[in-house]
Amino acid sequence: MVEERLIGDDGLREDGRKPDQLRPIKIEAGVLHNADGSAYVEWGKNKVLAAVYGPREVHPKFLQDSTKAIVQVTYNMAAFSVDDRIRPGPNRRATEISKIIGEALEYVILTHHFPRSSVDVYIEVLEASAGTRCAGLTAASVAVADAGIPMTDLVVSCAAGKADGQIILDLGKSEDNLGEADVPLGYIPRTGEIVLLQMDGHLTKAEFEKAMNMAMNACKDIYEMQKDALRRRYAVGADEDKTPTQEVIE
Amino acid sequence: MSKPIIAEIQKEQIRRLASEGKRMDGRGFEELRNLEVEVNSIGAAEGSARIILGNTDVLVGVKMSVGTPFPDKPNDGVLMTGNELKPMAHQDFSVGPPGPVSIEIARVVDRGIRESKMIDLSKLCIVPGEKVWMVFVDIQVIDYDGNLFDAATLGALLALHNTTVPARKFEVGENHKLPVNGWPLTVTSSKMDDFIMVDPVLLEEQVADARLTVSVDENDFIRAMQKGLSGAFTYEEVVKAVDVAASLTKKLRQKIISTGE
Repeated sequence: MVEERLIGDDGLREDGRKPDQLRPIKIEAGVLHNADGSAYVEWGKNKVLAAVYGPREVHPKFLQDSTKAIVQVTYNMAAFSVDDRIRPGPNRRATEISKIIGEALEYVILTHHFPRSSVDVYIEVLEASAGTRCAGLTAASVAVADAGIPMTDLVVSCAAGKADGQIILDLGKSEDNLGEADVPLGYIPRTGEIVLLQMDGHLTKAEFEKAMNMAMNACKDIYEMQKDALRRRYAVGADEDKTPTQEVIE
Repeated sequence: MSKPIIAEIQKEQIRRLASEGKRMDGRGFEELRNLEVEVNSIGAAEGSARIILGNTDVLVGVKMSVGTPFPDKPNDGVLMTGNELKPMAHQDFSVGPPGPVSIEIARVVDRGIRESKMIDLSKLCIVPGEKVWMVFVDIQVIDYDGNLFDAATLGALLALHNTTVPARKFEVGENHKLPVNGWPLTVTSSKMDDFIMVDPVLLEEQVADARLTVSVDENDFIRAMQKGLSGAFTYEEVVKAVDVAASLTKKLRQKIISTGE
């Protein structure tokens, strides 16, 4: 088998990043017209949109909770978002990701303020290149904030992992496919709590701890980008035309 | 999609404005909304286009793969057009398999591409009867404020015009541009009472009695039509709508060809 090198002799990765370096990230809040809140995240080659509707009536009705709002997340990848076309519609992977992202978000949303209602979050991956669940959760939490839904903090998400024997941050596509481990993590910077954690591959305990720390540190940087996106959206004199109005021009 | 509830006062307002020759957003009856296009923003797709028409936002991606032809057309490539109205785009859209509204749009877009022969499917044959190119055009509505027919058609055309056939990936030669020709663009008119306006926003669409989509190619030939909703058009109205579509598609085509390619 030909050994595929993911980290060069200079210690740099395929795309020229250092082991603890994130891909370029761009976050924008309030990008959609109809949704109550929305966000767009470009994370390396990932392009992810998140839309929030609610709190609104629960469909189907039997899901409603008389004590709090429920959080329903639908994560979906566009048919054209990857190399081989994806058949549209839900699949097991999307169902699982929707569930864990929903659970992570629910923790920070003050759901008991909105009994019997639903906060519906739609995450559409327009283009995918490893790390879409992290980009999706990061976008979704900005979108929930943009919708004006009270939260205890934003959730930030980022992965770390292992490739070529080294612990690295924010795995790219080939690192994800060929590397030794992937640890996506969802983090609440204000309290230091972890609300999403998955892992596949093989790591020693020390390596796992190093990966977690690396991801948590990166989350703190991404957190600043999230807040910055919200500030840009709501700063006085910010672009106002995205606010839906029913004003009649005569 | 559940039936929308529109306040009488809003209907009245649209009617009152229309009787004065005006529209809610200040446009004339035969005026399209502001249009922005973005081509090939999706690197993973063989071709893509984002169409922002007022507040309507549609992304169309083209994917290609090698497959087997239909037995009745052993020398033709396969074209498939899909459309998804995602709950992201509007509160009335729900999760689940495409419903009639969604399917109608996909089929109208598909027909516009197929019937205009803008893709010569016989050129997509690799080994007759065995191997042909499959072209998947997937329409994803991102934000919905009316007139998906025109936005989706435009997106599909632009995406196809910018599609590269991934031949190297399937080991059937070198990558090359998808052979397409022509721009069979559509203009949709919606009718409320006796007022007919093009490129309706959502609210205008919701109060409309009837809708007519007309596809016109670069030689001023009408290539496709689709009438929708339960109202009716008079003969004169249809003729007028076709004229309007012809002149608007001409302008639109010039704009697209100069910016989009």
